Amino acid sequence: MAIPIAYNLRNLVVRRTTTLMTALGIALTVAVLVIDLALANGLKKAFRASGNPLHVLVMRKSSQSELGSALTREVYQDLKSEAGIARNHAGELMASLEMVTVISLPSIDSPKGMNVTLRGLTPVGIEMRDVKIGQGRWFAAGQREIVVGASVARRYPRAQLGKRLRFGRGEWQIVGVMTAGESAVDSEIWGDLNQITADYNRQNGLNSTLIRAADATTVPALIHKLDDDRRLNVSAVRETDYYERLTAAGAPLEFLGIFVSLIMAVGSSFAAMNTMYAAVARRSPEIATLRVLGFSRASILVSFFLESLLLSLVGGAVGCLLAFPLNGVTTGIGSFVTFSEIAFQFRVTPAAMMPGILFALVVGAFGGVFPARMAARKEILTALREV
Amino acid sequence: MFRDLPLVVKSALRNRRRSGLTVASIAVSFCLLGVLTAMYRVLFYGGDTTPGQALRLITHHKVSLTQDLPVAYERKIEQVPGVKAVTRLRWFGGTYKDPGDPRNRFGQFAIEPSQLFRVHPEFKIPEEQKVAFQKEKTACVASQPLAAKLGWKLGERITLVNDNIPATLELKLEGIFEDPGQIPGPNMIVYFNWDYLNDSLPASSDFRSMIQQFHLEASSKDEVPRVAEAIDASFENSPYPTETESEQAFQLSFVSFLGNLKLFLAAICGAVTFTVLLVSANTLSMSVRERIREIGVLKTLGFTRSAILGIILGEAGLIALAGGAIGCILAAGLCTLVRQNPGFAFFLKALSLTPAVVALNMTAALLVGCLSALVPALRAARTPITASLRYTG
Repeated sequence: MAIPIAYNLRNLVVRRTTTLMTALGIALTVAVLVIDLALANGLKKAFRASGNPLHVLVMRKSSQSELGSALTREVYQDLKSEAGIARNHAGELMASLEMVTVISLPSIDSPKGMNVTLRGLTPVGIEMRDVKIGQGRWFAAGQREIVVGASVARRYPRAQLGKRLRFGRGEWQIVGVMTAGESAVDSEIWGDLNQITADYNRQNGLNSTLIRAADATTVPALIHKLDDDRRLNVSAVRETDYYERLTAAGAPLEFLGIFVSLIMAVGSSFAAMNTMYAAVARRSPEIATLRVLGFSRASILVSFFLESLLLSLVGGAVGCLLAFPLNGVTTGIGSFVTFSEIAFQFRVTPAAMMPGILFALVVGAFGGVFPARMAARKEILTALREV
Repeated sequence: MFRDLPLVVKSALRNRRRSGLTVASIAVSFCLLGVLTAMYRVLFYGGDTTPGQALRLITHHKVSLTQDLPVAYERKIEQVPGVKAVTRLRWFGGTYKDPGDPRNRFGQFAIEPSQLFRVHPEFKIPEEQKVAFQKEKTACVASQPLAAKLGWKLGERITLVNDNIPATLELKLEGIFEDPGQIPGPNMIVYFNWDYLNDSLPASSDFRSMIQQFHLEASSKDEVPRVAEAIDASFENSPYPTETESEQAFQLSFVSFLGNLKLFLAAICGAVTFTVLLVSANTLSMSVRERIREIGVLKTLGFTRSAILGIILGEAGLIALAGGAIGCILAAGLCTLVRQNPGFAFFLKALSLTPAVVALNMTAALLVGCLSALVPALRAARTPITASLRYTG
């Protein structure tokens, strides 16, 4: 027969100071883990939102990033002759030649300056992305005008609508703020392709071409064809795969967080063990009484084990609560691939909290199993005599 | 208090399992805290500056590292008072043999052979190799760890291909230098003549006569900030404004890429310390509660309140210090592990538990111990004898 769980609950309440202290120790461990997972979650979400499955990104062979790639206008003309490229309403081919570089701007987090991606493109490139103008207007062709992403406007005091930025060969007027949900575009600055390449003296030193395939089935064929064309010497990847690769930017922080929470968990489980051993020692006469009443050794074992799990569950729940205020907070992280910063939000979702709770339960299980075994092994007569 | 030391040790060993678990818990936390504080020191207090590094400055384009500067700036920089030597530098980023093999990836820098060893006086190279490197236009020098890894001997032909710039360089290894400043992470670098690169470029290339950075050596440590200011001021209104920073600051700027690491580390350190405090306070109050009767007996034997307070504080301090010491030893081991395989965390090459970090952690341990014992110790000292003798746990 099982000992009612109310017995364990009452015990935890009676020794509330000890319970709270132990639970809080576990809670902090869980909070570190949950915050870490929320960070990784948010980053993945931001990058996932950036790619369109119909899009193929073309870069120079063996390039890891747009920034490290080089493409000439001749290659772009050849690319456009490939079959399977979608057309827009006006009948134009949906292939966007782009130039990418980075400029350094002081941000809220790094007053010394952080790299922001600057992208030069043509109207077809804008049309291909899921992006809207939030304030102001789009840049005009042939003008020193730029549009900044909403995250850039939020995080970089100098990148405000109406202000001017200095790069290339002169000053650029910020004429609009674009919003693209929570995607990488939100962390970029866009301007007219020809004007930017002229400023950087790179009329024929472009970086990449984004192509929209006519339909989902032509994507693999298109990638294959471009990849195998030795004359073009380019590599083609699905845009979604490209951004998936960039999520690696968060790996160091994610690793650090998991490492820290694992070590903290070892410490917390020792602490939980201590608390449970003390609980067992203090309740020796109670345990003996329960045995006299006919409860088996197994039910004593289960009861103390459950008590430890309950204790850790409280800790896990408090940990999630501690992490929750970070939900939706925006932060930025740099990628060594794009050499620039992307902004994203912490996502304290159930997917981040569940591992936290599970983690707490593992800590509780580890901390509870030995004391519970000790409780179950007590001899009735000696235990009754213990004070 | 020291008179009571045997009593302190005895009471700490009274419940060995509990003390053991507490020490283990504190040790694990301080292991973590040790590594994190060491990390914090390396990242934000610059770790150790090598003597050569202290005098070195890097000038690059103010807007970003990817924008070039005209090579002609060099003459102006040379004239800034306090500048001992300058070399132009371009990061070449070509491919060597099969670029898919990570062993074939290393730093390739176009510099001025006549200036390199003046800007980097800490590099060690045999004089005849240095002369050969400076004489032959297609010569190059490699760092010793790189030459050892790829099995290069003097006279090795090294072909670097770069489609971006575009240029193909056929270099001959004329020297192998050692860089004693780079402890303990090996530096994988090839330096070659910038003139050779420049002359290989097509006449119309945008890269001609343009470079990315100037590396300079100041004549003394006091000159460093003034030199940086003077250089940036002289180019402020030119088409290519510059930013000059110390080599160390330059390397650390890559750390900001990892997001707000400073806040992240500080928050974790705070959480860990607080957890240790909780664990330790919990254990001690359990231990004191168990012994209230005993403490009553001690009092009847003539122990004063302050002696009782001292014994309990001493017990807590002993446990916390033991935990802290074990934690520091574990942390030192972890730091060595990270140093040997820095992987993505290349900036942690210098991670080590310095005496200052150890002192900080041990002080924290002692503080945590005393702080956590304060409430239970005061309670024990204040409980009247009669009440404590009557107390049943």
